[in-house]
Amino acid sequence: MFPFSFEWTWDMSHYVFHGGLWYALSIIGLGMTYCIGKSAYDTITGKGGHHEDH
Amino acid sequence: MDSELIPEGVQRCSLGKFLLWIGVVSVVLLWGVYGMILCWAKGLNQTNMNNAFGFALWIWADLAVIALGGGAFFTGFLRYIVGKKELKNIINYAVLIGFICYSSALLILAIDIGQPLRGWFIFWHANVHSMLTEVAFCLSCYFGVLTIEYLPLILENRQIDKIPFFHNLSHNMHEVMAVFAATGAFLSFFHQGSLGGVAGVLYGRPFGFREGVLIWPWTFFLFTWSAAACGPCFTILITKITEKVVGKKLVKDNVVELLAKISGWMLLTYITAKIIDTLYWAYVTAPKMGFTLDQFYTNNPGSAYGYWILIMEVIVGGVIPALILVTRKGRQTPLLLWIAVILACVGVSLNRWVMVLQVLAVPVLTFENWFTYFPSWQEIATTILPVAYGTILISLSYRYLPIFPQESELNPPPEELLSEAETVQKEAIEQDMASQDLTPAESAG
Repeated sequence: MFPFSFEWTWDMSHYVFHGGLWYALSIIGLGMTYCIGKSAYDTITGKGGHHEDH
Repeated sequence: MDSELIPEGVQRCSLGKFLLWIGVVSVVLLWGVYGMILCWAKGLNQTNMNNAFGFALWIWADLAVIALGGGAFFTGFLRYIVGKKELKNIINYAVLIGFICYSSALLILAIDIGQPLRGWFIFWHANVHSMLTEVAFCLSCYFGVLTIEYLPLILENRQIDKIPFFHNLSHNMHEVMAVFAATGAFLSFFHQGSLGGVAGVLYGRPFGFREGVLIWPWTFFLFTWSAAACGPCFTILITKITEKVVGKKLVKDNVVELLAKISGWMLLTYITAKIIDTLYWAYVTAPKMGFTLDQFYTNNPGSAYGYWILIMEVIVGGVIPALILVTRKGRQTPLLLWIAVILACVGVSLNRWVMVLQVLAVPVLTFENWFTYFPSWQEIATTILPVAYGTILISLSYRYLPIFPQESELNPPPEELLSEAETVQKEAIEQDMASQDLTPAESAG
């Protein structure tokens, strides 16, 4: 639910529940965007690394 | 035929044998899928749920797999946040088990809601006063995190890893994995807790109701604590079962022992808190609401919920495995370790059963009797479905992905063993020559 949905109310419950949800989704989304973007850059420029920690 | 897909340096059975195994497990899977299709096509009348048991076998299975899958978040927390480097040798498997557990939980929920096409309602028309909404949010997000943690493993398949972009993606995901692991720990803390909180806030059902801190009943903390304690036990148990099935050692003893030790101390502290909580509930909370402890454990059909269940959960499934795991000798004795991890998993599953089904079975009004429930075959089939699905996913992952980093070291190929033996023999001859001052020919003669 977004603040522009008709059911939205500006109260603490909505802040906490949806704030937590968007916070988690943002970290996941930004993290994956960074990984995909950096991988594309590394592939194009021919850089890249090896991970020791599997 | 599929040897190009199998990780380097490890041995796997023939493709025919593997397909036969997958075929056998698929029969069970298809039985579950048939039950699932019936539930979706014909509705929840295919179940034996009723007005008393709105939560039944599925919700128990849901809570149990989520608790057992807690090994993923807790092992990830220990590996990436606390910095226990040894656990890198078991983290892959913990993630895979967690992925299976959480995808199973979501699958069961998709069947349980009756109309999966409306599954998105909980996100869009969220009831922001319900702990279950928070569970749904965290569960879905955490499944996303587990998928992200599992993805690099898939990308490390021999053939996929040859593609530069996927190789780099896998590398970059490993680089920021601590961020995902921390997010996973945050999400897990809340959804594990809220699952316990659901029973704890039911003030109309004194069997489940607990006092607590602010809006959180004690069950909120106990559920998170028990998942962190027993989840790693489940990881160890599945690792040991896998080792038995494939007939190989896959993880070094020191890694298993470290996880068992941490799990043991978590379990010991959890069960101490659980005993204190139970005593306070039995002697203060329940009597304050007009109930005695006897009323919760006697006069029920077939003594299905007698005192035995409390003893089984707390003593047999809690105290005993905790005492085994906190002692070095207990952890290092294979039989005792097996017993401890099995009992811990049974204990936490029983706890979830009690908090879901016994809560609903206990009569709360003077004119009511105990409510009874036995699942339909459709419910049983769809609950066994995740076991078959998990077995298939583990089999595929074990065959084609580098799940166990120590496997090749622990199980060197026969030719390597032979060359090692030759080297040892050669060294022995050289030493012999040196001590007797002989030429190689004389020494061999």
